[in-house]
Amino acid sequence: MERPLTQHIHPDGTTRTLREYVKTGGYRCLQRLSSGLAPKDLQRLVTDAGLRGRGGGGFLTGTKWSFVPMGADAPKPKYIVANGDEMEPGTFKDRVLMEGDPHGLVEGMILAGYAIDAEVGYIFLRGEYHLSAQRLTEAIAEAYAAGYLGTPLPGTGFRFDLHLHASAGRYICGEETALINALEGKRAVPRAKPPFPQTVGLWGKPTVVQNVETLYNIPHIVNQGSDWYHRLSRTQDGGTKIYGISGRVANPGWWELPLGTTAREVLEQHAGGMADGVCFRGLLPGGISTAFMTEEHLDLPLDFSSIPPEIGRLGTATMIVLDDHTCPVGFVLNLEKFFARESCGWCTPCREGLPWVAKLLMSFEEGRATSEDLSLLKMHTKWLAPGHTFCGLAPGAMAPLQSALKYFHDDFERHISTRGCPWSKKSSQQKVLV
Amino acid sequence: MLSEIERRELEDAVKHYPDKRGAAIDALLTIQRRRGWISDDTLFEIAQFLEITAEDLDSVATFYNLVFRKPVGRHVAFMCDSISCWIKGCEQVQEQIKKLYDVDLGQTTSDGRLTVLPIACLGQCERAPALLIDQDVYGNVTPEKIEQIVEKYK
Ligand SMILES: Cc1cc2nc3c(=O)[nH]c(=O)nc-3n(C[C@H](O)[C@H](O)[C@H](O)COP(=O)(O)O)c2cc1C
Ligand code: SF4
Ligand code: FES
Repeated sequence: MERPLTQHIHPDGTTRTLREYVKTGGYRCLQRLSSGLAPKDLQRLVTDAGLRGRGGGGFLTGTKWSFVPMGADAPKPKYIVANGDEMEPGTFKDRVLMEGDPHGLVEGMILAGYAIDAEVGYIFLRGEYHLSAQRLTEAIAEAYAAGYLGTPLPGTGFRFDLHLHASAGRYICGEETALINALEGKRAVPRAKPPFPQTVGLWGKPTVVQNVETLYNIPHIVNQGSDWYHRLSRTQDGGTKIYGISGRVANPGWWELPLGTTAREVLEQHAGGMADGVCFRGLLPGGISTAFMTEEHLDLPLDFSSIPPEIGRLGTATMIVLDDHTCPVGFVLNLEKFFARESCGWCTPCREGLPWVAKLLMSFEEGRATSEDLSLLKMHTKWLAPGHTFCGLAPGAMAPLQSALKYFHDDFERHISTRGCPWSKKSSQQKVLV
Repeated sequence: MLSEIERRELEDAVKHYPDKRGAAIDALLTIQRRRGWISDDTLFEIAQFLEITAEDLDSVATFYNLVFRKPVGRHVAFMCDSISCWIKGCEQVQEQIKKLYDVDLGQTTSDGRLTVLPIACLGQCERAPALLIDQDVYGNVTPEKIEQIVEKYK
């Protein structure tokens, strides 16, 4: 099984230097740009490969690039931005890549920049990733010294500059238009779309924001072609994916696997099943903005096209497992407290709705909830549904809640009928405070 | 007043952006690394450098989690309280910190040694519960291990 993104990452956690990276074929594909691969050709290659954005949305990368104005009349400068905010709880895949192989991101940025003719790139990195920051800073300096950055690529006239921006922390910075405001030194509130960043983005110029893992795929597509890239996957979406798992499983971790691997394989073969003494109840397939999956969904291929929308979506593919010693209501309360705290406050339904949801869930945990509170929770999943709020944060917050109300309905009811949390004695969890 | 070194660091930060304002967040974090936190006076000095109003800069400073507008201790412990860490017992770790050092989340020990703050998922979920002290990450933290960890920070 091929693992193009991670095969060279050192198991001992040390980073890879420029020398090592070049030895395994790194920066080799820049020569193809020099020998005549035009930006349009690169765009077509990525489109044919079927690369879908790994930031959670699964948008086709080639299609996104096709909206960027090209040619001599296009506004200048254009920008390419790597989204390394990675604050989605349960998600740690971009960190693995940036710490283990920082030059892969630099090379991916150069190529993506070339494809849309962007002369400046920013890596937007969450502020708590100190090790990634240190290693990326070193890698960028090495790439400047080696002439990959800051000097025109031979035969192309294309010169690319790359900067690292450390964020000052807020989950909403991961939303691409909020991220653009943060990069401009403003409060990270989302912007109205349209206009989309591809035409009006950073400082009003065409801008493409791309998840870190997405960018790591690009050098491999250029080197080995779109057919090879398709063959890596088991489904119609191209490539491999970093799948991760956390919670009470025997062996939490991450693995680069073909897209379309099932949750059961990740859980049972790679993570070694559940931890001793606990049983599986459900999982969030990719961060906390995705809907629960239960036993009946474990054999679905996990990719961007195979999960029916009424069941959910893949998200970041780093799963969080709910076990039978953990209260599902307490679990969802933890999620909604996160969303309430991280709401940017820009639009009313989210700013007011999420704290309300958290308080309602709290009343279940404290034994004060009535069946009316249950209906109120259900109503919120409609009030904060897609289209009712300014950005995707609040609808994302409703995905685990709505599905929990469906699959764990009896557990909510039991909190009402027994006036408290049935897990509060059995489990080791303490009382949760809003 | 901004020191010579601080001014030079800010000038370096500005180079990465087409205008000075773009460096607002970098500037706040850069000066905070030297001074520990952003006092009103500091805020004025940075705003003056960036050629924006202090009110404008404060709207930015108060938005972000990692900019401190109040004094913090010599060390800052960020306790992840997101889902994977919650499942694995981050609350017990926090209880233990409270017992040992008499601080709640959001507070600083009376000797000014340690500030404890909650933080969103640190991206270390495979070794939950996780904790960040200054720039050091700790995983698989337990109430039993926490004293030994914190004792490294005087
Ligand atoms: C609230 C919110 C948070 C987000 N956080 C991230 C993030 O941390 N990293 C990321 O790559 N995308 C995040 N996204 C998605 C981005 O807006 C954007 O779609 C993505 O970076 C595009 O890259 P891709 O096409 O390569 O996936 C977030 C979206 C929302 C609504
Ligand atoms: S949905 Fe929430 S996070 Fe998004 S703009 Fe509205 S208040 Fe801000
Ligand atoms: S949930 Fe704590 S590190 Fe991810």
